[in-house]
Amino acid sequence: MPAPDSASKIPVTVLTGYLGAGKTTLLNRILSEPHGKKFAVIVNEFGEIGIDNDLVVNADEEVFEMNNGCICCTVRGDLVRIIDGLMRRKGKFDAIIVETTGLADPAPVAQTFFMDEAVGAKTKLDAVVTVADAKWLADRLKDAPEAKNQIAFADVILVNKTDLVTPEELGELEARIRGLNPYARLHRTQRARIDINEVLGRNAFDLDRILDIEPSFLDFDEHHHDHDHDHDHHHGHNHDHGHGHHHHGNGLKHYHDEEMQSVSIKTDKPLSPDKFFPWIQDLVAKDGPNILRCKGILSFKDDAERFVFQGVHMILDGDHQRPWRADEKRDSRIVFIGRNLPEDKIRQGFESCVA
Amino acid sequence: MSDTPAHSLADRTRLVTAGAKPVVGVHFLGSTAVFVLGEEELLFVDEAERRVPVHGGGILASTCDGGRIITGGDDGRVVESVSDGEHRVLATDEKKRWIDNVAIGTDGAIAWSSGKTAYVRTKKGELRKFEAASTVAGLCFLPKGFRLAIAHYNGATLWFPNAAGAQPERLEWKGSHLGVTVSPDGKFLVTTMQEPTLHGWRLVDAKHMRMSGYSARVRSLSWSAEGEFLATSGSEQLILWPFDGKDGPMGRQPTILARAESRVVVVACHPRQPVVAVGYADGAVRLVRVEDDALIVAREADGQPVSALGWNETGQALAFGTESGDAALLAL
Repeated sequence: MPAPDSASKIPVTVLTGYLGAGKTTLLNRILSEPHGKKFAVIVNEFGEIGIDNDLVVNADEEVFEMNNGCICCTVRGDLVRIIDGLMRRKGKFDAIIVETTGLADPAPVAQTFFMDEAVGAKTKLDAVVTVADAKWLADRLKDAPEAKNQIAFADVILVNKTDLVTPEELGELEARIRGLNPYARLHRTQRARIDINEVLGRNAFDLDRILDIEPSFLDFDEHHHDHDHDHDHHHGHNHDHGHGHHHHGNGLKHYHDEEMQSVSIKTDKPLSPDKFFPWIQDLVAKDGPNILRCKGILSFKDDAERFVFQGVHMILDGDHQRPWRADEKRDSRIVFIGRNLPEDKIRQGFESCVA
Repeated sequence: MSDTPAHSLADRTRLVTAGAKPVVGVHFLGSTAVFVLGEEELLFVDEAERRVPVHGGGILASTCDGGRIITGGDDGRVVESVSDGEHRVLATDEKKRWIDNVAIGTDGAIAWSSGKTAYVRTKKGELRKFEAASTVAGLCFLPKGFRLAIAHYNGATLWFPNAAGAQPERLEWKGSHLGVTVSPDGKFLVTTMQEPTLHGWRLVDAKHMRMSGYSARVRSLSWSAEGEFLATSGSEQLILWPFDGKDGPMGRQPTILARAESRVVVVACHPRQPVVAVGYADGAVRLVRVEDDALIVAREADGQPVSALGWNETGQALAFGTESGDAALLAL
């Protein structure tokens, strides 16, 4: 019997964001919109504001390490239990929303859907949505590693409370967010007001949809480079002189003071699968703890189909997606988001995968 | 699967209409089969079929000692039900937190857990509480002495509810332990883990046992009638670990039976004979004779994962249910 296909699995949206950014406002907005959908909501036990929904479950946010010696293979133990329990009431809800505490790391939440087979068989991770406080995020990025993680990990970012900042401040903040996470969908909001279709049903972890979400993700650098040039140098020079050489032409690092960064690479030369797979597996085995997420579209030599992959820390998921179209440029594109990434090593490694 | 076509009893089963709700457990109270449904109800089946709502939501855990069924629900209630459908609420969590686990002791005591707290209600009706360091993931009473085994993150704890002030005994092993069982002779404690593996301790000296090789998380365990083996789900075959010697499975291989394309998801040992009822993810239920791996089909595969299996006290009736709400009773 084949596993239930993706369409029959219950989608799960993870809402993150630092304390006070507006997560609960967004959650209540989603729940109160007249969309006719029923949600099961998993909230953290420290939630202060009431949630108006029939099915609300309190979670303890217990992060458990797997007993395999891998420090980044963590799951949310409470989610394994709660999702198993919720499935007894299948039919009473169409989707699940998990609201995390402001200090939570999204990775264990996401990994739960890949590492626990029972959870993965019944549900699918739809997207990680991060609410950011336009006024305070820049400060939090300096002093709160959790806030940085949440931005770097996100598929959708709401820059909320934009009414509290100037357009210049907003521009700088967005550039800073882009430096951490080049492919998330970015929305400007006030009081977390947004069309819920921008937040739910994103299929951000679905291989079929990979990168089609943001087909121009590698163009961002060129696009924003002009605006942010000054800030770029300002930060680079003030905070860390040693990292100036990291500013490659197609890199996405605007803020050299950030230990969190993204590395994007593109090549028009076809790759060898026999070289690529051992390389990526070795890379995530060694640097997985520092790689929050990775995604890629690959063109293999003598292969008529696009290969797509994505990963969370050390977990990789990949498959052939569809035939390359005749009018499509057969480029291979790959992006890593993480902290203290060995950029030169990654670039050289990827380039050595050319067939 | 064996090469010869298996004998089938599928035409001797009595189908029961559980509705669209998943069957999450099945127990026998005398000659009455009781199907525990995913939401609200118990379905009592003897000559007639009766549905009895006992919870105001999902039913998360159930257990039975032959005389009564104890259920825990997401309504925060612990409920006791008897064969005529009479039931009463034994406890209600003050914050309406989920009751994740329930257990019955040989002397009639009842245990349950909610979050990190394990509770015991003694035979005399006194309430005892134990706070674990992490969420209580599994509970079971030891067969002798008044002791409760509690599975949690990084190991298990043995708690003496009546010995106020006595230090609970900790059994340590890194990782998330999700279920717990103790051998009928009380010598071995076995936990199921988040990883596809079991961990065990010989209680006399806390010596470790690792039982691995599964393709999935082990979710169902059943001791044979004499306690000589532990039947387990989690693989594309029935795995039986030997517990007949003083060392249990240490240094020994498991017996592997009932190979199939599909994964074993529920197991239930016959209460008297060396026969195991095996439920598969593809919907098949087979009876497996341990001696020679002879198979009898009790339910044909139809794609609905089996979710509950249970024998009556004499082993003359087997009840089973599926995730999609099919339920049936087989008289042998």
